[in-house]
Amino acid sequence: MEAVFLALVLMLSIFLGFELISKVPATLHTPLMSGANAISGITIVGALIAAGDGSDPLATYLGAAAVMFAAINVVGGYLVTNRMLSMFKKKDTEQPGGQA
Amino acid sequence: MSIELINLWYVAAAALFIFGLKQLGSPATAVRGNTLSSLGMFIAIAVTLFNKNILPWEWIIGATLIGGIVGAVVAQKVEMTSMPEMVALFNGSGGVASLMVGWAALYNIDNSTFTNITILLSIIIGGMTFSGSILAWGKLSEVMTSAAVVFGAQRIVNALILIGMVACAVLFCMEPAVNSPYLYAVIGLALLFGVMAVLPIGGADMPVVISLLNSYSGLAACAAGFAINNNILIVAGSMVGAAGIILTNIMCKAMNRSLANVLFSGFGAAKQATKVEGEVKPITADDAFLILEAAQSVSFVPGYGMAVAQAQHVVRELGELLEKNGAEVTYAIHPVAGRMPGHMNVLLAEANVPYDQLVEMEDINPRIDNVDVAVVIGANDVVNPAARNDENSPIYGMPIINVDQARTVFVLKRSMASGFSGVDNPLFFGDNTRMLFGDAKQSIASVVAEFKG
Repeated sequence: MEAVFLALVLMLSIFLGFELISKVPATLHTPLMSGANAISGITIVGALIAAGDGSDPLATYLGAAAVMFAAINVVGGYLVTNRMLSMFKKKDTEQPGGQA
Repeated sequence: MSIELINLWYVAAAALFIFGLKQLGSPATAVRGNTLSSLGMFIAIAVTLFNKNILPWEWIIGATLIGGIVGAVVAQKVEMTSMPEMVALFNGSGGVASLMVGWAALYNIDNSTFTNITILLSIIIGGMTFSGSILAWGKLSEVMTSAAVVFGAQRIVNALILIGMVACAVLFCMEPAVNSPYLYAVIGLALLFGVMAVLPIGGADMPVVISLLNSYSGLAACAAGFAINNNILIVAGSMVGAAGIILTNIMCKAMNRSLANVLFSGFGAAKQATKVEGEVKPITADDAFLILEAAQSVSFVPGYGMAVAQAQHVVRELGELLEKNGAEVTYAIHPVAGRMPGHMNVLLAEANVPYDQLVEMEDINPRIDNVDVAVVIGANDVVNPAARNDENSPIYGMPIINVDQARTVFVLKRSMASGFSGVDNPLFFGDNTRMLFGDAKQSIASVVAEFKG
């Protein structure tokens, strides 16, 4: 039953993802991609849990390495997305760097 | 904190991801959207730390610090022109993390067969994402050739790898053990398959690959979620998977090709375009300035060449001068211009071009005959009229920006060689086309100097 429930969650999330993403304009596709990429770093949560309580050293090493890689993904992904998005300016707003 | 309470917090995190993605739909709200999404991530990680069955603290702190610092430094340092490479690397690190999550989950003793299957899925998808992303990075950063690598028996080899992978996976599920040789075989074959999948894809098709790998990194997280029975991984992973698939689809449509065609055939291998012959009409920066000064409406059409020449800042400068001169200035961007979806938009945004001046192909084409001067900077295929006229052209049927229908076209080009895909471009011989030879940045800079002088 648990598996069926998770499959339902999966199906609904995919539909929701399609609905949300198809409205994003082409201008924002790169930040969308790096933003989505940062979200896929959610696997860090799995990495914290999967290895258990550290009773098996090999599992602990795997879990720790997974945490490290996922942390690169999460931290880097969100920061670079933020950096990109702050560059998008509307016309006639004050622009950093100024114009002579 | 009990498992139920943790799961309740996961629901809140999922809601924040959803709101975050929704707000990414408009440039005005996108920064807030990204912040919401990162808040969701923070909550998800923070409540997980209350789970009793997690890694020892010293490992968590050490690994997070190292990963976090690496990610932060890279994110601050990276040039906007190298965004595709960096996204490829981030995808790869997400993929390898999911592989390891699956692997570590094998150390739980009483896994059901269903769980073992999902563990293998997360190992396979994660491994493919990792090696495919590394190869894509190599191609994008030109550490290796960016051209399609195609050999005769490729499909047979790929099919054999796939069959071998499935066979090993089945054998593993019949007798699961952490040190089963079949496990290592599955990991090895998954890595190999990722390499083989990206190998036959050429540089101009990279936007499709990057989108697809993005999707895989989400699906890998999703599979890992099934492996450890965790709903936030499933929700977030599948939304990312859906996002990647949509972008992949948009990219394929913009090239008028099916996904299968992009993935399994090297670009331009099949057909030879009709050779066009004609005389090109070169122009000097002086003459270009005179025409631009008289223009009422100017549209810049950037391509990957603009990124290579780092010409975006000087292009913006020219755009501003033209506006002061009374012209209407737009930047027309083809969906597959550059090496990842939206690549050109980010470069122009970095150069302070306001986003309301960035127009999409569908918006510029109906009014292109009212454009006095279309300035093509480092773009080739996306403005090649052969896509409309020449049935023999490998890009026949691909939607293009119809710059040849503008009153005058300037093509900025280093020299007279054909573009990336090796197809000849009849645009260069058009009656209304003027070629401005030389480095794009230099050429524009000398026009700017004329305006100022």
